[in-house]
Amino acid sequence: MVIDLTEKQAFRERMIKALLFFCGMVSVLTTLGIVGILVFETWGFFQHVSFKQFFGDTQWTPLFTNQHFGIWALVSGTVLTSAVAIGTALPLGLLAAIYLSEFATKNFRLFVKPALEVLAGIPTVIYGYFALTFMTPFLQNFIPGLSGFNALGAGIVMGMMILPIIASLSEDAIYAVPPSLKEGAYALGANKLATIFKVVLPSSFSGIAAATILAISRAIGETMIVVIAAGQQPNFSFDPREAIQTMTAYIVQVSLGDTPTGTLAYQTIFAVGMTLFLFTLLLNLFAHHLRRRILKGHL
Amino acid sequence: MRHRFLKENTIENAFKAICFLSILLPLVLIVVLIGDAVIDGWSRLSLDFLTGFPSRKPELAGFLPALVGSFYLMLLTSAIAIPLGLGAAIYLEEYAKPGFLTSLIEINISNLAGVPSIIYGLLGLELFVRMSHMGRSLLAGACTLALLLLPMVIMVSRESLRVVPNSLREAGFALGADQWQTIWKIILPMSIPGALTGIILSVARAIGETAPLITIGALTYVAFLPDSIHSAFTAMPIQIFNWISRPQTAFQTNAAAGIVVLLFLMLFFNALAIWLRARLQRKVYW
Repeated sequence: MVIDLTEKQAFRERMIKALLFFCGMVSVLTTLGIVGILVFETWGFFQHVSFKQFFGDTQWTPLFTNQHFGIWALVSGTVLTSAVAIGTALPLGLLAAIYLSEFATKNFRLFVKPALEVLAGIPTVIYGYFALTFMTPFLQNFIPGLSGFNALGAGIVMGMMILPIIASLSEDAIYAVPPSLKEGAYALGANKLATIFKVVLPSSFSGIAAATILAISRAIGETMIVVIAAGQQPNFSFDPREAIQTMTAYIVQVSLGDTPTGTLAYQTIFAVGMTLFLFTLLLNLFAHHLRRRILKGHL
Repeated sequence: MRHRFLKENTIENAFKAICFLSILLPLVLIVVLIGDAVIDGWSRLSLDFLTGFPSRKPELAGFLPALVGSFYLMLLTSAIAIPLGLGAAIYLEEYAKPGFLTSLIEINISNLAGVPSIIYGLLGLELFVRMSHMGRSLLAGACTLALLLLPMVIMVSRESLRVVPNSLREAGFALGADQWQTIWKIILPMSIPGALTGIILSVARAIGETAPLITIGALTYVAFLPDSIHSAFTAMPIQIFNWISRPQTAFQTNAAAGIVVLLFLMLFFNALAIWLRARLQRKVYW
């Protein structure tokens, strides 16, 4: 009787363990699914379109009769908005992190850190509305040539969204600088500014770099802000005043129409998705590599 | 000498002020963003707006199908993502032994958290809408969002399991409980308050997700309420996006009103998470 119960228990324990293991494997299957689907549809895409057409052209017009498949038109839009976003978020986020870790009182930090996190939690469709109806008209006061849809306004608002990533991860990195290093600088007669710029920032460089790379990755994958405020014109240009189209915005544009599955237009969104996925994957792997190095004690 | 000291002090104070402004600017922008939406949308915020159906006339258009769609979507997504996420977290924290498979799962989860949400939309479009023949239904939307949430749910659940002291596990085993009994009766009740806060916050974030739902083909104009999980649907952010992309300014007002509702709900869920944590934590003694 006792043995019976134990066997039953052992069986139940095994079943539960198997079930929980399956839950853990769902995430692995998700990755396999993403990679499998992107590779499969992208392979289908390249049956119709040559590598030369994809990488050797700067026009992107797969939905017109005069078809061009130059991915650079979408990549340039993506790089442009992300560059504006980082240009906004990196200085502000880094200075905010310096203030929080070097100057702020404890109570101020307790209040401000969650408030900054709010920025990361606002749905991006709301940021898009803000970029279109507030930021762009506001910027048009100073920049006369700014079109109604433009990379500048969308990029700046996107910078607000990724600012908390940079601020909070950089603060962690600055916080991790050993106090003995700072004390050493003060003992040598350095003032606070010199200590920050000559000791603290160089020591936390890897951490700040990792934060910046993660933020770039977020900016590249961001969709709704650029769909709403940056326009739908694939445009191989690096002028932030113009309307452009990002990779994500193209996927949305095709998804909004009723594109039959299996057509070339349907396959293009997976080819664009694959490009986007590879970009963000490389950036994320690089950022993780940097962070692992920091955990091992290399600054 | 004294002169140099004063100069350095001025430079330092100026730098401190610049740093402070860098914090102030984003906080001011949050206030401007919310204020802008409230001012734009105030005239449309009424019971009619909340209970009305979309219309070609902006002054008659309502938000009800979007509200109901988001509500169902949230329930379904939670029903899929929470058990899977908690299960994976329990496996990784309580059962998994260090090894190739475990580190594969762990690396994989951290990488998945960095995949853009629109890529999940492409996965959902192919896997759920096409291959599983779910169509552009609530169920397909919920499955897509659940996969998107999963890494976040796993991470917050693992953290809450990790803070339960090991002595409690040992106490469970010493009393003759097997591993599952210990987890079910001791560890989960202790870690749920912590996990719940994080889970509610992740679900709240899912309500604001737009791109994956557009990619799987959620409709932007829905004049009915979903009656089953196989029914077509719209959601709050999608309805807002639809109104934003119309040329007439009257629809922009509707978009702003929708944004105020969405922001209010996000705020509500954040407050709920904080309140629940405070309340549930008080009942646990050790």
